[in-house]
Amino acid sequence: MEVRVQNVRKEFDRFPALHDVSLDIASGELIALLGPSGSGKTTLLRLIAGLERPTAGKIFFGNEDASEKTVQERNIGFVFQHYALFRHMTILENVSFGLEVRPRATRPPKAEIRRRARELLDLVQLSGLEKRYPSQLSGGQRQRVALARALAIEPRVLLLDEPFGALDAQVRRELRKWLREIHDRTGHTTVFVTHDQEEALELADRLCVMSQGKIEQVGTPDTVYDTPQSPFVFGFIGESSALPVTIENGDIRLEGRSIGVSTSEPNGSAQLYFRPHDIELIESDAALSGHVVTSRRVGGTRRVELDIGGAHRVEIDLPFDHPAAERSQIVFRPRRWTLFPDR
Amino acid sequence: MAAKSRHLASPTSEPASVRWMLILVGLAFMALFIVLPVIAVFSEAFRQGLGAYWESLHNADAQSAIRLTLMVAAIAVPLNVVFGVCASWAIAKFEFKGKAFLITLIDLPFSVSPVISGLVYVLLFGSGSILGPWLKSYGIEILFAVPGIVLATIFVTFPFVARELIPLMQDQGSGDEEAALSLGASGWQTFWRVTLPNIRWGLLYGVLLCNARAMGEFGAVAVVSGKIRGQTTTMPLQVEMFYNEYQGTAAFALASLLAMLALVTLVLKTALEWRFGDELAATGRGH
Repeated sequence: MEVRVQNVRKEFDRFPALHDVSLDIASGELIALLGPSGSGKTTLLRLIAGLERPTAGKIFFGNEDASEKTVQERNIGFVFQHYALFRHMTILENVSFGLEVRPRATRPPKAEIRRRARELLDLVQLSGLEKRYPSQLSGGQRQRVALARALAIEPRVLLLDEPFGALDAQVRRELRKWLREIHDRTGHTTVFVTHDQEEALELADRLCVMSQGKIEQVGTPDTVYDTPQSPFVFGFIGESSALPVTIENGDIRLEGRSIGVSTSEPNGSAQLYFRPHDIELIESDAALSGHVVTSRRVGGTRRVELDIGGAHRVEIDLPFDHPAAERSQIVFRPRRWTLFPDR
Repeated sequence: MAAKSRHLASPTSEPASVRWMLILVGLAFMALFIVLPVIAVFSEAFRQGLGAYWESLHNADAQSAIRLTLMVAAIAVPLNVVFGVCASWAIAKFEFKGKAFLITLIDLPFSVSPVISGLVYVLLFGSGSILGPWLKSYGIEILFAVPGIVLATIFVTFPFVARELIPLMQDQGSGDEEAALSLGASGWQTFWRVTLPNIRWGLLYGVLLCNARAMGEFGAVAVVSGKIRGQTTTMPLQVEMFYNEYQGTAAFALASLLAMLALVTLVLKTALEWRFGDELAATGRGH
């Protein structure tokens, strides 16, 4: 089921949480809503679910206008950050709930409901725990029950709100991989909210990066990571350094000195963004140079913080055994970079 | 030896003598003000033997008082359960203006003297009021009749259920309800299958306290009842009437029933706190 969000605006007590947001979600894709807290990502998810009503704008499920429909009518599967499992019901009863509450006409017979709930528990690898209560499960297990419960109603869209937010790092990584497998197997259109970029980059087909109630960029993880469209995205996704530069006749200058890279942008001031690993060490005067402030080992590389004068600091990556890492003075220039002209 | 034990004593603990003193004072106080009166009630009730006790409970006035008390509780408690659940639901799950004021209002019956609670109804429905004579012209008696007693009892016992449920429901939030709705449950199904089970022990606890107070209320009921023998006297009022008429055994026999109600309530309350402490908002906060 494809989902179209059209010019949606949402205010809480006249405080705008979302400004005029539009987003097309393709059928069967796994898309991540990524952003810092307060960016409106959870609000957008809850609007798609029907747990909130938009102040303006429309939401379509396929060709059908879902904006005026209640959460029950939308037939979505929602997974909450804190699971929201029914504590007085067993795991099997939790998973069966969505089928049990259907009106008599569409409700499958009891035996059929039990059979399907067992099948789903099998899918989420929790067979044998049917008679347990939620309080007797670990966090990771609870979240898998929550997913099975959401899948039981054969939802048109699966929505997950920070599904792994309350779990520890090890379990998160496992569940991430496992969610991707489930998605590939069941093919549900899936939207999940996260503030963890690593999670989003690893799991999603596409990312929707949000900030302050607006969508900053939508694209595949590669596109968003390699060609960020705004300073916010550059700063939020991955590591980066920013320098205030001026452009003079195609030459990029920092504090009046050429840094050895050129552009076709018109003259004026701009912000130069580059990633720590997108640099090259050179022997030249026309380059950035600075002395090492801190140096720490990050996995297989060494992350070095340089003071390049004028109160500017940048971070670059060097091979951990590179001799330059030991030197106090390092000369380099960005190999890949992006300019965002000041307005 | 003494020096050694002082060494081993916890630094935040008092010396043994002080501890024993405090415990003794506490126990003596309890015995004097709680255990002794309860024993007195039962010993007075049984002073003239089991036969007299049994007979005084079968006295027509006593019987009518018991029936009236049970009826008042049977009306007031369910109504307060409905009001209490509605009010707590509104306060816990919605944001609206005047919420803090509503919470204060719910507590009002606790802070007002019961006599005043009764007088309010006298002012509202008395012969000098607007409502009273108007209702009377339709043959509806509020004051010095059962409806007045029920109204006063509802007023006095209103906070018990609501006060127990509000913090509990606020604590639980509306995540479970949202989950149920997203799974296709109607509002009604969500309430019966999710909300109510989540608050059941807290609700039972509130009902228990509400019932104990409804059956034992004296002040507010005394003002509105008019004390018409055999018609508008509840058990506490009948106890007083018997006592004033020097019918000691009758008074204490009836009082012993109220005392037993209190003891049963206490046992059930303790059992609930012990078994479902984590699901009760009142635990640790106390009543």
